[in-house]
Amino acid sequence: MRNKKPGWKEYPIAAVIDKPGSATYQNTGDWKTLRPLRDDSKCDKCGFCWIICPDAALLIDEDGYYEVDLYHCKGCGICAHECKKGAIKMIPEEH
Amino acid sequence: MGTRTGMEVSAAISEAVKLARAEIIAAYPITPQTHIVEELARMVADGELYAEFIMVESEHSAMSACVGAAAVGARSFTATAAQGLALMHEMLYIASGLRLPIVMVVVNRAMSAPISIWGDHSDIMAERDSGWIQLFAETGQEAFDLTIQAFKIAEDQRVSLPVVVNIDGFTLSHVIEPLVVESQEDVDKFLPPFKPVIQLDPDKPITIGAVGFPELYTEIKKQQNVALVESYKVIIEVWKQFREQFGREYHPIETYRSEDAEILIHIAGSTAGTARVAVDMLREKGEKVGLIRTRLWRPYPFGDIRKTVAKAKAIAAVDRCLSFGGPGGPMCSELKAALYNLDQRPFIAGFIAGLGGRDIMIEDFFTIVEETKRLLEEGQEDEYRMIGVRE
Repeated sequence: MRNKKPGWKEYPIAAVIDKPGSATYQNTGDWKTLRPLRDDSKCDKCGFCWIICPDAALLIDEDGYYEVDLYHCKGCGICAHECKKGAIKMIPEEH
Repeated sequence: MGTRTGMEVSAAISEAVKLARAEIIAAYPITPQTHIVEELARMVADGELYAEFIMVESEHSAMSACVGAAAVGARSFTATAAQGLALMHEMLYIASGLRLPIVMVVVNRAMSAPISIWGDHSDIMAERDSGWIQLFAETGQEAFDLTIQAFKIAEDQRVSLPVVVNIDGFTLSHVIEPLVVESQEDVDKFLPPFKPVIQLDPDKPITIGAVGFPELYTEIKKQQNVALVESYKVIIEVWKQFREQFGREYHPIETYRSEDAEILIHIAGSTAGTARVAVDMLREKGEKVGLIRTRLWRPYPFGDIRKTVAKAKAIAAVDRCLSFGGPGGPMCSELKAALYNLDQRPFIAGFIAGLGGRDIMIEDFFTIVEETKRLLEEGQEDEYRMIGVRE
């Protein structure tokens, strides 16, 4: 069953968002048709992808690799295009 | 205690803004609004008004600056006219959509082309649906009073919407009238400091003006419309308080000799003064003519209009604006819309007059009343007629 959506009286005035950082709850990951795939043999952990990702959808994992946050990654492919080592390629998203 | 003095109406509005202790004035000069903002700039420069006067590069920026200022909780004012108002257009919707209580005086002027710096109502009618509370003044005293009241209405936490006070270009803005300027002490008593409903504050971060997806937008617009419709009650309350404190009475619709009138002239703005003289002259000849003047244009006072015109045979609805290719003047259209579903309603004849500063003379009202009587008997020929147009 669908959740009941809020009525007009239940929204804050003028749709003000009073919880900072609430955009992190927005699943923008389901927009993508391509997803980045990293080749660990080529990646030298330079972090360039982490710098240029427009959605801050790369996180550093325990081994120092830049892991893609697929919940937020929109699959724009900028990381793959800009990677100096050619360590990222875009593959079709599995839906 | 107020002081009775002779004053240019533009200067009286500046005085009202000063007495209201506006904190931000952002404006761009345009005829016939200039005297208001010139005087405010002088007041700020001379230290009479403790406010920031932001000189901007356009009216779009003026309204943007007011939006920003009101969002951090500053009492904000601007004034404009005609093309200047049109240039603000998109920001007017942002101001009302964000529920920011900005006060603006529009010195009504015709829209170009051809270039006209003179008065009519075509500028504000293009902004009719922008979500602002809209008032029309007839006199200098009213312009002064409405400007002070506008802040109180806008900032009421149940309302939190922007307000525009309309005054006719030149025929009101540039005339000198005797009027009562109230004291700072009394205005302070009437108008408390601004306590915003929405406020940008680094200690309590919020986001305003974010994207409203289709599943949310309709609800937010409903919210905004309810606020505008229900502001009616607050406006009446504010006018009651104003009368108790200052003795001057305000109603959404002003009437003159309308009680037993068979024909009612409907108009907004300073032309009502001329219409009143015409009504007196026609009454002397035994004609049962009266006058109704719309002061509150948004929210539209449906109840007041229906009650006021209930007994009349006909209404001569005079607009200083033409809806090209449409049913005539915007005020006439709304009058018709307000009465259409009633079982008994007066006949309505629409007239367009006073475009681009063309004077509306007493004799024009005689013509308007004669035409209305003729159309009432013979039936409507056209949707509306233009008064004084040369063939």
